[in-house]
Amino acid sequence: MTTHYLVLSALLFAIGGIGVLVRRNAIVVFMCVELMLNACNLAFVTFARQHGNLDGQLIAFFVMVVAAAEVVIGLAIIVMIFRTRRSASVDDANLLKY
Amino acid sequence: MNGGTIEAPTIEYALLAPMLIVFGAAIIGVLVEAFAPRHLRKAIHMPLTLVALLGAFLLTILQAVRDGVPTTPAAMGAVAVDGPALFIWGIILILAFVSTLLINDDEQFVAQAAAVPGSNDEEEAVRSGYAQTEVYPLLLFSVGGMLLFPAANDLLVMFVALEVLSLPLYLLCGLARRRRLLSQEASLKYFLLGAFSSAFFLYGTALIYGYAGSIDLRAISSSLGTVAGQDTLLYIGTALLGVGLLFKIGAAPFQAWKPDVYQGAPTAVTALMASTVLVAAFGAVLRVFWVALGNLDWDWRPVMWGVAILTMVVGAILAITQTEIKRMLAYSSIAHAGFLLTGVIATGAVEQNRDALSAILFYLAAYGFTTVGAFAVVTMVRDAGGEAGHLSRWAGLGKRAPVLAGIFAFFLLAFAGIPLTSGFFGKYAVFSAAVASDALPLVVVGVVSSAIAAFFYVRVIVLMFFSEPAADGPSVAVPTVGTSAVVALAAAATVVLGVFPEPVLSLADQAASALFVR
Repeated sequence: MTTHYLVLSALLFAIGGIGVLVRRNAIVVFMCVELMLNACNLAFVTFARQHGNLDGQLIAFFVMVVAAAEVVIGLAIIVMIFRTRRSASVDDANLLKY
Repeated sequence: MNGGTIEAPTIEYALLAPMLIVFGAAIIGVLVEAFAPRHLRKAIHMPLTLVALLGAFLLTILQAVRDGVPTTPAAMGAVAVDGPALFIWGIILILAFVSTLLINDDEQFVAQAAAVPGSNDEEEAVRSGYAQTEVYPLLLFSVGGMLLFPAANDLLVMFVALEVLSLPLYLLCGLARRRRLLSQEASLKYFLLGAFSSAFFLYGTALIYGYAGSIDLRAISSSLGTVAGQDTLLYIGTALLGVGLLFKIGAAPFQAWKPDVYQGAPTAVTALMASTVLVAAFGAVLRVFWVALGNLDWDWRPVMWGVAILTMVVGAILAITQTEIKRMLAYSSIAHAGFLLTGVIATGAVEQNRDALSAILFYLAAYGFTTVGAFAVVTMVRDAGGEAGHLSRWAGLGKRAPVLAGIFAFFLLAFAGIPLTSGFFGKYAVFSAAVASDALPLVVVGVVSSAIAAFFYVRVIVLMFFSEPAADGPSVAVPTVGTSAVVALAAAATVVLGVFPEPVLSLADQAASALFVR
């Protein structure tokens, strides 16, 4: 019975996706992206169980490493912006338009 | 796991050598950052980067000439070094080499990224002559990812390559020396949207893994006919994968990041991004949609039609309204992504696929060189606050600097696809492949949007040559040796590919002749 896990994973992915679209703080937006990646991990592990092969579990490890690397880069950029503007709101970053 | 023995994987190091050289040089670059004294770093990085890129390029050629094209994927089926991959590697490496000459320009990058713009720290850093020499290893890592991305033969490798390609670029975008607020903002936007889109790519991978039970492109392809009752997984997975990939090429409706990032990033980095990332991403798009999902083309083609039309129209029309030169070039790059997508759609029998693939490869080579050249010219037109981005500042440039303005006009004509430039043959090849696969309406839209695009290219040319220069107009910086070499090389490539395209066309034909290995 792996369906429940898939539904949960889809829900997490949707919550993350909606969060990216509606939240204003860059850190929270970024956390929502991480939530989406974790939803992917849950789906991978569930499918690995369903298919009875290890590929999905293996991928989950790679995804964790990539997510960690992404955190390093992302926080560096967000901190840089915050030090310059004293704000991490994505609404304030509005110089580039049209 | 029977018997408890694990066989060691075999890796064809010779085949992967170009990529390994680039990654190796990147790691050496990190060590240089850690151990070399500050004043020596640039002197070490510069030759190291250039030699690595050139060496990798020569090895790629050597491989194609000496060993011919391999017929099976390398590294236990994870990486496919086939004809198209070798051709794409060649383009990426030479374009990265050329962009490195631009990046070498001191004026491009911030003295110390950690110093807040306008603070005493920044003044101090500028006065002490600091430089962020980390750009060289970052560039090499990114290029390494670009080499892996179009050669990835399973979706996990493709995802990892996507991230290796993107993460250094997010940082590079934020390192402009002037207009640092814009640069940092570009970096933030690129990062957040890029991470968002790669999450879509990953969830698409997960669903396709759920459908096929494997992430190997060939296994996915062969599962298409055998798995029953799971079509929802397959369709949603394909759509999500498509979102992730189309974001990278900047196809509408996922194009919003492109103008912002191109404008804010240091122009040398924009030159790198606009040329090489597009090449790498199209390689990956082709591999996913032709190799893994090739038998599903009846299902993805209508959607891709819509995307291609929207991309061409949005790119061409929004470009007209732009007043900033880099933003205008960004929208032009969106329109070109749309033209290239018509080639991706032009599938059919084997012969047809070959034609379409070789057309795309030639287009990528032609477009890449012209783009690097155009952005190199942009770096040279400056006023007091740095580059003169606003189009009104370019008025009368033809009277101030006739040679430079002439070369830029030539690049713009090549973008527009005027005969005797490389752009003409690229467009002709892609559109004729599309016509051959019965995509005539698409070609009509393509030609109309080319005409619209030609309007704004010509408008810039008119502005440069037929209006009076402003009294306090921008000066044309005396170019460094590197920058002038880049402009000269790009102009030469645009002429040669436009007048005498035969060698490169036949090379693209050869590269495409065996299509992708499976």
